Amino acid sequence: MSLDIQNLEFRSISKRFPGVLACDNVNLKLRKGEILALLGENGAGKTTLMNILYGLYQPDEGEILINGRQVSIDSPQKAGEMGIGMVHQHFMLVPNLTVKENVALCMYNDSFFELDHKAVNAKIREISERHTIKIDPDSYIWKLSVGEQQRVELIKSLSLGANLLILDEPTAVLTPQETEELINLLKEMAAGGCSIIFISHKLNEVKAVSNLIAVLRDGRLVYHGNTNDHSTDELATLMAGRSISLPVAKEKQPSDEIVLELQNVSAMSDRDTPALNKLNLSIHRGEILGLAGVSGNGQTELAEVINGLREVTEGKILLDNEEISNRSPQKIINKGMGYIPADRLHEGTVSSFSVKENIILKDYANPSFSKATFLLNKTISDYSEELVSKFNIKTPGIETTCASLSGGNIQKVILSREITRNPKVLVAVYPTRGLDLGAAEFVHSKLLEARDNDKAVLLVSEELEELMNLSDRIAVIYEGKILKIIPAKEAEKSELGLLMAGVHNEAQAIQ
Amino acid sequence: MLSEIIIGIIAAAIPLSITFVLVGIGEMFNQRAGVFNLGAEGIMMVGAFLGFYVEYIMKSGPGSSFLGMIAAIAVGSLMGAVMAVTCVNFKAEQGIAGIALFMLGWGVAGMLFRVYIGGTTSIVGLKALDIPFLNSIPVLGAILFSHNIMVYITLVIIPLSWYLLNRTAWGLKVKAVGTAPRAADTMGVKVDRIRFQCVVIGGAMAGLAGAYLSICQTHIYADNITAGRGFIAVALVYFGKWKPTGILWGALLFSLAHSFQRSIQVYGIDFPYEIAVMFPYILVIAVLAISGSSRIMAPTMLGRPYYREQRD
Repeated sequence: MSLDIQNLEFRSISKRFPGVLACDNVNLKLRKGEILALLGENGAGKTTLMNILYGLYQPDEGEILINGRQVSIDSPQKAGEMGIGMVHQHFMLVPNLTVKENVALCMYNDSFFELDHKAVNAKIREISERHTIKIDPDSYIWKLSVGEQQRVELIKSLSLGANLLILDEPTAVLTPQETEELINLLKEMAAGGCSIIFISHKLNEVKAVSNLIAVLRDGRLVYHGNTNDHSTDELATLMAGRSISLPVAKEKQPSDEIVLELQNVSAMSDRDTPALNKLNLSIHRGEILGLAGVSGNGQTELAEVINGLREVTEGKILLDNEEISNRSPQKIINKGMGYIPADRLHEGTVSSFSVKENIILKDYANPSFSKATFLLNKTISDYSEELVSKFNIKTPGIETTCASLSGGNIQKVILSREITRNPKVLVAVYPTRGLDLGAAEFVHSKLLEARDNDKAVLLVSEELEELMNLSDRIAVIYEGKILKIIPAKEAEKSELGLLMAGVHNEAQAIQ
Repeated sequence: MLSEIIIGIIAAAIPLSITFVLVGIGEMFNQRAGVFNLGAEGIMMVGAFLGFYVEYIMKSGPGSSFLGMIAAIAVGSLMGAVMAVTCVNFKAEQGIAGIALFMLGWGVAGMLFRVYIGGTTSIVGLKALDIPFLNSIPVLGAILFSHNIMVYITLVIIPLSWYLLNRTAWGLKVKAVGTAPRAADTMGVKVDRIRFQCVVIGGAMAGLAGAYLSICQTHIYADNITAGRGFIAVALVYFGKWKPTGILWGALLFSLAHSFQRSIQVYGIDFPYEIAVMFPYILVIAVLAISGSSRIMAPTMLGRPYYREQRD
């Protein structure tokens, strides 16, 4: 039976990884029924700290106290026994098992043969009724949407009797409406005696949901106190250690010249289901077109068909009035396409290659960098050094592998490569996902700079604020179709949120 | 005449397929858990020798065949445990460790054979059962009821392994650690422990498959007696999409092709036998190529060790 956690305390917790001090002498306190928001930039040590509480990592120094007694949590199983449940940023579900089997795995992780499907079903039904969480227990995880998978995660933790829930950036993948529902659900759960630790770097949500706030910076606790004592701006400054203001697009006279045009484009997803459904879209010279939508509605597929990485089954894509659909990526690149992919580590860079090699990844055959197939090392090094200083890439040197850089710096390597190549169109997919405010600020300013240099930019994002700050027009994608295109200055969050959920007229909204 | 040949081909294929099914089911468990063991071939060789040797020193006395098979299971488990320590506990590269285990098994079995036996010696082994009435049913009698006891035991192992994998908590854990070890870990499943168990089971089954070869099929031991069967079984696991019945069909198909090419030679049919010998292998490659991938059910973390404290 799991413990009833009345209070939890971290005392001088430290954890080292090779070359980094991830947590440095952290002290925290939490009482039953409270919601603690853990704030911090990437690499501030939030996730590491929570993995220590959840028994995935062992602290190098310090201790954890539950109800005043020192405890050693050496495995997630032990954490579960103590009533601690965790919803990870990357969902911890087995994709080729059903919802029921995933819950069963947790409930029967000690038994060898015994497996009572009826008991598992009853448990799922009881919890989903108590908290009004809808889910089909017999559906395979890989068939569920991200929002549904999160619900499975919640059910999973609750069915184990967790009364201290850790949620690691739970809203990163949700629509504004889903986020609101989640916040209400969490508040209700807290009122019912659950303690919650909510990790996030979205300050508005943190203000809405939490009673207490702890801010981490570079592994150190820089603030621990009541949520209401600070404004969002003050919290942002605490997180970054300096004041940050994200750039906002200045009004600009739109050009009538269409650079990229998609006509009735259809494509299939990896699962062989339709991903794009006769989609129409055109982007003008010198504008940023923001593409809003809940992930999984065809955004990644759209970026891939434009870049020749996915087959167009129907329709046409025109770049400067020349057809590029189903051409090889190299041909499309040579016609003036720039691409910042969603997966910066695996698609955007070759992570085992050096910074220098990644910078010329698309230009190794360019006569200025190679002669008779031999690379001109000196020229390439000079060029790379120039970009590293121009884009302020923090790296020990141009020979360092990309894998050892932080996410923000990897993104800068990609940006420097794509923008310096001077493309006509730049497709940026979730360019600031997982980046902290400082790095996001840099990416934003570079995208705006590209727009001001008359490039056509397609910006795919889930962050409405980002889209509204940067875009000239915002298109909302839902189930592979563009539902509506709104000029950014007329866009409102609530309307975009409804559109992202597929509601596109007043009547439907009232229902 | 023709029907006789066909019945003969099918009847001969069934006992042939048992080796593949036994080692394949074992390999299925360790692959489902995320470890592929190319050493199965080497384990089979040691199992084949030890099984043979136990029966040999007992002069094929009563129960010696079974004792031989039990000894083979024991040595197979032991070699499986060696593989597990290397790849699960010490996270060595699985492909390399598997090849090393294969070479070790081959060398050990060959050496022991030369030291303790020397030349071609035969044992009585397990003969086909004489099931009254049933074996005199036309056609079916020859195909289904004229085999040694291990054939029927194997036919029980197939549904048993299906049940273990799909209806028990242990089976869920096996599937979880092969696909999402980190998720399994957070759910309180001991990833390395389950993987260890599965590799040991794989070893035990490979040992038994080897002993089946020497005790029930050839009744002798010879160097390289397995002739690549362990490796073919690894391919059959992919072919069977990590399902017991899939492995059974794969093993039967391959054995039928094998038995077919043998009867071409036996009945002196005018066909270049060199090409006939290639036939089963070409069939496996062709079927593997056209059957397509099964990305969704495959253990996606196959071959990847799990480090709890690695950041990903």
